[in-house]
Amino acid sequence: MVTLQHYLFLSAVLFTLGVAGVMIRRNLIVILMSLELMLNAVNLSFIAFAKYLDSIEGQIFVLFIMVVAAAEVAVGLAIGVAVFRQRGTVDVNDINLMKW
Amino acid sequence: MIQFPVVNLGGILPALILCIAGLVVMLACLFVKRGTVTVAAIMSAIGILAAGAANSPLRVLNETAFSGLVSLDPYSWFFNFLILIATGLTVLASVRYLSDDEPGAYEYFVLLLFSGAGMMFMVSGNHLLTIFVGLETLSISIYVLAGIIPKNPKSSEAALKYLILGGFSSGIFLYGAALLYGSAGSTGLPALTEYFKAGTFGPMALAGMGLLAIGFAFKVSAVPFHMWTPDVYEGAPTPITGFMSVGVKAAAFAAFVRVFFDALGELQVNWTEILWVLAALTMILGNLAAIVQDNIKRMLAYSSIAHAGYILIGMVAGTELGTAGVLYYLLAYTFTNIGAFGVVALVGSKREANVHIDDYRGLAKSNPLLALVMSIFLFSLAGIPPTAGFVGKFAIFSAAIAQGYIWLVVIGALTSAASVYYYFRVVMKMYMEVPETTPARLEFSPSMILALGIAVIGVVYIGIFPTTYLNLALESVKPLF
Repeated sequence: MVTLQHYLFLSAVLFTLGVAGVMIRRNLIVILMSLELMLNAVNLSFIAFAKYLDSIEGQIFVLFIMVVAAAEVAVGLAIGVAVFRQRGTVDVNDINLMKW
Repeated sequence: MIQFPVVNLGGILPALILCIAGLVVMLACLFVKRGTVTVAAIMSAIGILAAGAANSPLRVLNETAFSGLVSLDPYSWFFNFLILIATGLTVLASVRYLSDDEPGAYEYFVLLLFSGAGMMFMVSGNHLLTIFVGLETLSISIYVLAGIIPKNPKSSEAALKYLILGGFSSGIFLYGAALLYGSAGSTGLPALTEYFKAGTFGPMALAGMGLLAIGFAFKVSAVPFHMWTPDVYEGAPTPITGFMSVGVKAAAFAAFVRVFFDALGELQVNWTEILWVLAALTMILGNLAAIVQDNIKRMLAYSSIAHAGYILIGMVAGTELGTAGVLYYLLAYTFTNIGAFGVVALVGSKREANVHIDDYRGLAKSNPLLALVMSIFLFSLAGIPPTAGFVGKFAIFSAAIAQGYIWLVVIGALTSAASVYYYFRVVMKMYMEVPETTPARLEFSPSMILALGIAVIGVVYIGIFPTTYLNLALESVKPLF
């Protein structure tokens, strides 16, 4: 029997993986993928809650998150292309004209 | 039969007008052959004025629209005006910064208008969904604006860093929203209020609150979630840096205050302590780091972090006076910081040159009036009477003392005394030192003069006659209590 707790646990694990990915990985593309993973973990939580609470609101929220995530990744990849053209790399360790 | 909800377009008219103005600029400027930038700026300014006119009726309303997604109240009214002022001054300050020969220079204004509309949705959001969509509308526009200088590696680096950290903070915000949804069964602010009033919340709701606080702390750049701020502010085009430091910050604080006072008001004991620590860290680190900066944009970035700390004191105080102080402070800060970054943009010209503090040596000799104007902005940032910055700090500190947060106010007063050092360093350079090379002639444009003039008058006027504006702020926070 798959209960709400299972979904929430999976979602928390995926979210943590996403957070760790953003912090540890140095390749821009992987960082963007990790951001997506975070957002999708949130989506999973919303859907599980929506099913459990029998409410439509969570599902609507998920649709909005998906649209926004798509827009954000489109802009992110465009910026990545611009950065790559200027420096020939998408390694965030090498993108350090300004000190962190 | 399908029941259609009541649609009240009049309520969101200001934001709608900005969106439409953005679309009109985008389409019309395709056909403009010469002077695209000027035409786009004039059209944007007209759109902003129209939005301001449409915003006025909100002041007397106190209702929600679109099935409770948007709230129309004096609080939204106040912040809509603040955002329109910030957007309008940025448009004026940007005209000479862009050149007509670059393809698509007008897109700058389109994105500016769209982000203004996003901010308006964010401040009037009565539901975490609206707040999230507004937040992302403004953020995505600003990501692009930060990287809009062609062939400038610093600019695209700023955009990249902002995008990664912005997306990261949105993820955390959303996870908090999901946990609150799971607890309360809805993410509408009134539903959350009801849920917390009932008093049966568990650890999941508290975790949701914590994650929301982190998400907002990223957006207002409170320490320890400030890492992106100096880099992004340094790399972005200077007028956009000014816009980010006031517009984005004001919108984020508006939503922060609304969510935490309105929906999570019952948890005030829990979040006040978190905000206390955040405020103290933010003031200390922001001011100390600003002292050692040589780049003026970076210095103003750390100064804007420090100011987020002062504003957080107003939230910690938690009374009507404290939150009214937050609103007044944001208004004062809007005029001051857009003005200061306007001067930096003017001195730095298009090439983002002369951003070193030493480049301000002898400015009082070559441009006495500009040096005076910059000094007024720096005085206001330091909080010296009779400027608006002083009244803002006074309002916030006195509200906090009335609630017994003496130590926090002591930290605030000490750090703002330290901040006088780095603000006055620039004033000293302008008045006391002589430049090593002959300074380049500055390109004054009528719109920039207008923007700086409005900012100076704003800083001095609301500093000398603060009562009206403090009362307005008090009246605007009434719906939250």
